[in-house]
Amino acid sequence: MTLALSGEDLAAKLGPKFPESVIKTAKDSVLVKTGDLLAVASFLKSEPGFEFDFLCSITGVDYKEYFELVYQLTSIKNNQSLVVKAQCRDRENPVMPSLTGLWQGADFQEREIFDLLGIKFEGHPSLTRIFLWDGFKGFPLRKDFTDGT
Amino acid sequence: MVLKTEQYVLNIGPLHPSTHGVFRLRATLDGEVIVELEPVFGYLHRGLEKLGESYTYKQSICLTDRLDYLASMSNNFGYVLAVEKLAGIAVPERADVLRVVFAELQRIVSHLVALGAFVNDCGAFQTPILYMFREREKILDLFEMCSGQRLTYNYMRFGGLSQDVPEEFMPALRKFIAEMDAHIDEYDRLVSMNEIFLARTRGVGILTAEKAINISASGPVLRGSGVKWDLRKADPYSVYSRYEFDIPTGTVGDCYDRYQVRLQEMRQSVRIVRQAIEKLPEGPVTTKVSLNLKPPAGEAYAHVEAPKGELGFYLVSDGTDRPYRWHVRAPSLMNLTALRDLCIGWKIADAIVIFGSIDITMGEVDR
Repeated sequence: MTLALSGEDLAAKLGPKFPESVIKTAKDSVLVKTGDLLAVASFLKSEPGFEFDFLCSITGVDYKEYFELVYQLTSIKNNQSLVVKAQCRDRENPVMPSLTGLWQGADFQEREIFDLLGIKFEGHPSLTRIFLWDGFKGFPLRKDFTDGT
Repeated sequence: MVLKTEQYVLNIGPLHPSTHGVFRLRATLDGEVIVELEPVFGYLHRGLEKLGESYTYKQSICLTDRLDYLASMSNNFGYVLAVEKLAGIAVPERADVLRVVFAELQRIVSHLVALGAFVNDCGAFQTPILYMFREREKILDLFEMCSGQRLTYNYMRFGGLSQDVPEEFMPALRKFIAEMDAHIDEYDRLVSMNEIFLARTRGVGILTAEKAINISASGPVLRGSGVKWDLRKADPYSVYSRYEFDIPTGTVGDCYDRYQVRLQEMRQSVRIVRQAIEKLPEGPVTTKVSLNLKPPAGEAYAHVEAPKGELGFYLVSDGTDRPYRWHVRAPSLMNLTALRDLCIGWKIADAIVIFGSIDITMGEVDR
């Protein structure tokens, strides 16, 4: 059975290295500061005992006041899973760090979020629309999206 | 005299027999050799995730049929598991076992299509695929008996199945399971040691284990590279922990290994179905769940080992009867990440073989 790390557990383990990074813990996830996301992710990927080598899934959710990105990480080596979240409060020009440097699997997923939610990923090698055409106006998965009809 | 040469761009698809759907490859070629490759998709984007936000939870089951339309049962399975997790719905034992039976039959169907089309791409024009479609028909007949449909079944429900299997189902399934091993041997004899097939697939498109993990590959693509990772064993959902089966893996990570993994997985699926129907419990297959299901506010992620890899559903509920957010972790999309790096340096004809060995369905890539 894959061991799902609880938010408290993870926060406690992140504590010594990243004392300021964790904003909130929940039953099965931690919310980290957006500025520290890349450092935390890099730590989780390479630190012995964690070794989260597999970026399972990235989901972007529009909560109206902010965007939330949900990263599901899996360690194939240790058969563990955890969820890291990060928020972006800027609706006009939302920018998040790209994780493509750590996991190439982030490539298409970040492009999908850029396409449908309009979040830019800094450091992504080719951030272009993936499903919709280049001239498409707006970002359909935003809650305030209207198609103009 | 120096011959002047230059690179040129070739569009393959979106309407091309070997792109398996509306998929486009923008290949930059130096003679026949690929120097750059850009997969272009979105031609089948229907906005299912957005649409799901305006459907009730139950209505969305039929949307999942249209993700990987060659494996609708597996999609139903993943989605109902996610909603059951979100709303805390228990499933009767008989329904649990039948779900596993359907998911494994669906794996056989999907792999038959994958292998048939793949062998077709390798030059064995139309003969092996017809053998494989012969058995696929029999499973589709079984599905039709239960759901009335041959492609988009819409058969699973929260807390069970839409209805129990009819009387004629079990005898037909037993007959099929008794015969299927011999048919898999038949495909094996027909294709696996064919010299042309070996020349086209051995050593072609090698994906290393580290790379496979790094690009978030899953399913036969990951296991073909030698990574023993199967959610049915790693994180057993439903009643999978009851059954004995092996996880076939490759050694090199080439197209041939991915072919072999799929072939061997069909044998394991037959094995699971055989064990499941041996001890099929009696009892109900449905649970009373409100038509207007309103799961408590919160979020849930559930995943299944679909034929193409890890299929996950991430649901966010705000306490109403419609999901606030409905996201699909699509294995076909993630597995495609490998395509560019696998194809560069190979000839254009090899790119078709490499692409075929990844096995994607556009309905799931584009959603």
